[in-house]
Amino acid sequence: MTDASRSFVIVGERTNVTGSARFRKLIEADDYDAAVQVARQQVESGAQILDVNMDEGLLDSVEAMARFLNLIAAEPDICRVPVMIDSSKWEVIEAGLKCVQGKPIVNSISLKEGEAPFLEQAHRVRRYGAAVVVMAFDETGQADTADRKVEICTRAYRLLVDHAGFLPDDIIFDPNVFAVATGIEEHNDYAQAFFDATRRIKAELPHARVSGGISNVSFSFRGNEPVRQAMHAVFLYHAIQAGLDMAIVNAGALPVYDDIPDELRTACEDVLLNRTPDATDNMVALASAFQGEVREKTADLSWREKPVTERLVHALVNGISDFAAEDAEEARLAAGRPLDVIEGPLMDGMKVVGDLFGAGKMFLPQVVKSARVMKKAVAWLTPFIEEDMKHSDRKSAGKIVMATVKGDVHDIGKNIVGVVLRCNGYDVIDLGVMAPLEQILDTAKREQADIIGLSGLITPSLDEMCRVAARMEEDGLDLPLLIGGATTSKMHTALKIAPAYGRAVVHVSDASRAVGVVGTLLGPDNAAYADGIRTEYDVMRTRHASGRGAAARMSLADARANRVPIDWETYRAPQPNSPGLTVFEDYNLAELVRYIDWTPFFRTWELAGAYPRILDDSVVGEAARALFDDAKATLDRMIQEKWTVASGVVGLWPAAADGDDVLIRGVPVNQAYVRLPMLRQQMSRGAGSARPNFSLADFVAPVETGIADWMGGFAVTAGGGIEVASREFEEAGDDYTAIMIKALGDRLAEAFAERMHERVRQDLWGYAPDEASSNTELVAEAYRGIRPAPGYPACPDHTEKGSLFRLLDAEANVGVSLTESFAMTPASSVSGWYIAHPDARYFGVGRIEQDQVADYAVRKGWSLQDAERWLAPNLNYAPGQAAEAA
Amino acid sequence: MPLAQRPSAAALAADAETRVLVLDGAMGTMLQAHDLREKDFRGTAFADASADLAGNNDALNLSQPDIVRQIHLDYLRAGADILKTNTFSSTNIAQSDYGLQEAAGDLNRAGARLAQEAVAAHTKATGKTSYVAGVIGPTNRTASISPDVNDPGSRNVTFDELSNCYREAAIALIEGGSDLLLIETVFDTLNAKAAIFAVEEAILDAGVRLPVMISATITDLSGRTLSGQTVEAFAISVRHASPFALGLNCALGPAELDRFVADLSAVAEARVSVHPNAGLPNEFGGYDEAPDTMGAAIATWADKALVNIVGGCCGTTPAHICAIADAVAGKAPRPAFRASPGLRLSGLEPFEIAA
Repeated sequence: MTDASRSFVIVGERTNVTGSARFRKLIEADDYDAAVQVARQQVESGAQILDVNMDEGLLDSVEAMARFLNLIAAEPDICRVPVMIDSSKWEVIEAGLKCVQGKPIVNSISLKEGEAPFLEQAHRVRRYGAAVVVMAFDETGQADTADRKVEICTRAYRLLVDHAGFLPDDIIFDPNVFAVATGIEEHNDYAQAFFDATRRIKAELPHARVSGGISNVSFSFRGNEPVRQAMHAVFLYHAIQAGLDMAIVNAGALPVYDDIPDELRTACEDVLLNRTPDATDNMVALASAFQGEVREKTADLSWREKPVTERLVHALVNGISDFAAEDAEEARLAAGRPLDVIEGPLMDGMKVVGDLFGAGKMFLPQVVKSARVMKKAVAWLTPFIEEDMKHSDRKSAGKIVMATVKGDVHDIGKNIVGVVLRCNGYDVIDLGVMAPLEQILDTAKREQADIIGLSGLITPSLDEMCRVAARMEEDGLDLPLLIGGATTSKMHTALKIAPAYGRAVVHVSDASRAVGVVGTLLGPDNAAYADGIRTEYDVMRTRHASGRGAAARMSLADARANRVPIDWETYRAPQPNSPGLTVFEDYNLAELVRYIDWTPFFRTWELAGAYPRILDDSVVGEAARALFDDAKATLDRMIQEKWTVASGVVGLWPAAADGDDVLIRGVPVNQAYVRLPMLRQQMSRGAGSARPNFSLADFVAPVETGIADWMGGFAVTAGGGIEVASREFEEAGDDYTAIMIKALGDRLAEAFAERMHERVRQDLWGYAPDEASSNTELVAEAYRGIRPAPGYPACPDHTEKGSLFRLLDAEANVGVSLTESFAMTPASSVSGWYIAHPDARYFGVGRIEQDQVADYAVRKGWSLQDAERWLAPNLNYAPGQAAEAA
Repeated sequence: MPLAQRPSAAALAADAETRVLVLDGAMGTMLQAHDLREKDFRGTAFADASADLAGNNDALNLSQPDIVRQIHLDYLRAGADILKTNTFSSTNIAQSDYGLQEAAGDLNRAGARLAQEAVAAHTKATGKTSYVAGVIGPTNRTASISPDVNDPGSRNVTFDELSNCYREAAIALIEGGSDLLLIETVFDTLNAKAAIFAVEEAILDAGVRLPVMISATITDLSGRTLSGQTVEAFAISVRHASPFALGLNCALGPAELDRFVADLSAVAEARVSVHPNAGLPNEFGGYDEAPDTMGAAIATWADKALVNIVGGCCGTTPAHICAIADAVAGKAPRPAFRASPGLRLSGLEPFEIAA
């Protein structure tokens, strides 16, 4: 093409129902997927602006325009180019203007109805931020001569610039392309008139542009595409010479001017330039000879020749879903199992997408498209995967509830994770965006989800995630929590979210990792994995805390010197009535009811307030009473129908403190003693502070005093029936009762522990046979002696539960066992130590220094690293750094 | 009929001729220090609100006006020329999360009034003229992006819904005494276009022409808005607003924004404004960039005459604004730029037919 054509712009016309029968049929048939593909082909073929026209009598043009523009807005390789909103109806144009974020062109408005409506429309076009095409059309009709064309365009130009605030740059004129070679003589000059008018408009109206719909010109030759396209190319050649800036044309079909056979090109020029009187006849005579010659160019499909796995990756990266099913099928036939296609090429493709996105080489809309390709491929594979699973005994892999947290609208990453997980056979319940935590938790409970995944992109979402985690803890949920999204991080998860929730909390940095994490969490090695993550986060927390300046600590020697001062000389250690183990099988549940602390129960149900005042609360009282009635009814049934068997074991053993250890001699007396290492507070006490540095060992008579002191231990459980019963109700769809049962199970276990402690004080140990007892006092712990639990603040080492359980033979006696992370199963269980000294009190060990950790490691028979791992939450230093310093 | 300008508009334009103007910093960061609780957010104004209000910073315009006004004053004392009203989420769409959609107008009016009160107090004390930019935030919905991956054509908000809510906000901001309007944190340009549409109606309604600043958010290093537009495509898309200033804010810190500030400065026919975050968010969602490093980064823009207005977004404090004000003091503002004639259009990318 010539120099003059350099800045010439092609506007794709195939997404125009009046210009393309195929597109019209697709829209009429509601096949918008294929219609979007037409747009893509136009852009791939070089269209720099996309003309969209839905002016077809039978269509709801307003709806079709908005729908199509919204659809292509999701296709970055289409909507990277500006749109031309093409309609003769103002309401269609306005609907289109409300759907495009870029600066489009409106095609068109005119003076057909007079100046007032023209100006009104022009004002609005400007306010929507669009350029405008003005047709050479006024109150008297369409302009056919060059003079009329220029006259109307000049009038419109002045109105736009002087009265509608338009920049001349944003004005484009369409001086009307009419059909030539119609056999009517007056029509012979139509093309020439267009060229002349274009030349004058460009000269006389500064910065204004000229556009034209080219296909009209060859209307006489409809049915003969090769001739029509040759005419278009030749018309354009001359129009561009005259100054045409843009044209609506099928870019894929346009032949290059120089490639048109000489004979045909000359015939076209004779017609268009009206050079010879017999031009039309010659053209008609020649036309049949060129029928069917020129072929439409197609989109670049060279990538289709690559191997299928590469094609899948290509399609994912480029968001092309046309071939997704066909390629998935080919890959499936080649693969061992249909799932391999997902785990192989599709996941590889998503990984590439993730990497490109991370590197800023892809942006969000493209990633969304990639996800859709993925989904399409997976949809194809799903029936095969299900069939395969039938044969290979695979079950649905698990259910995941996912949500973008309240206050956040960003869910792309989450959606991708969802798609990827579904691909891998998981049921994903996606709660969408701005999901309130109640909805997330309710859904997870109702759906019995295996995992909750939270996503968010904006920074306030981090706090919301913490709130969700805290509520999960409060509601006693027992499922892993996945954290993802742009502002989330492993550090934040470790530091802020994980501590709020006692189960597995895992930060997932990207979608491709999600499958691995979910698979492990729901697989046989889940406990070990969760432990690993927990430890890793513990270490991170510790590092962080120590990095931010450790709190002042005293040396272990100084701390020991500041032990609790107890006058052992005057102390008379009570001797137990029932030394050794006492086992309570099938404990009477009815007896435990009065020991229940109901306040946490109401908190479980999000009713805030202390029992019993909550029952009369003006706000929640009614709900609390109804809940309480149901709870009592359920509790009655649990007891009457014996849904569960509670059992407990108490052990009372001779004990003596040896430094910070407590030595326990199991019964019979000749048994070797068990050494229970205790931890000691190391926080610096200000000068003049009388506050000791507590250790539980301080409350047991030191071995050197020769006092025959005692210490006890216990494990109680509301029994495995709780979970069985709850599940039955869940399966029957009665979530309310199911949750109720679990909540009651926990309360019963706590009540059991309270009752057992009372019996120990009053009877089994018997050091307080006459203590007053009302339930309020029990809960307020207004009695002598404590029952601290390993893993809790006074003795934070969970592994000591191991010693306790061995002393109690708890698994055999009450059927409670410990997991790898020293959690008790069944869950509705409580265990701990008994210490009887009147000065014994609850406290928190808090942060400790490396001197104590090293000392503790020796006492436990651990390496320093083991000790640092298990005591990570209590370290006052970063393990690595401290080791170097030492 | 041409509309009258507010007197402050002429003064603002004159000030912008002579120096780089300083916007204030983050409101949220300053509010955090007050450790406000649910009852504080409610105050007496919203004592009976049905939903939790904690985190609804805009509600404080009515429930804790003294705190908001004091923060404005702190920024003025730090050297800010232009205050941003505490109305980022004061649209009925954003407030509907908190059940306060009915209060959107009041929040905007109060937000503008509080800032004007601070300006008046500061002027009285120092004689210095400052300005109030009524902030119109993006809302939490996007008109160009589908909320449903399976239905790319669906939208959870329409242009008309957005422009209606923006119009209410803009009218109230003008009534409250804003000297200019700031459409900021534009992550979807279609939202911004709805805001521009609404602001023009609000201005006609008020009968007074206010300068309008528009500021986009580049969400990552690809240099695109969330809805996928490049900086230049964005500038083209909002050119019809004839903005007083065109800018970038939020999401990134000055270091990451550097390239895009140059991009914007190369094409913007309006003044250029930039108010970055105090660096990228750290693992905890906080911001670590120190005032002096932020000031130094912004100074390089002023040295290259790339900017007319600078300030701070998330994580910035009066100390940052003070450093920024010091950094640009005495430096020349970016000279006015007029693009060569040409038909400029945009999709996600710019498209130009040169003259």
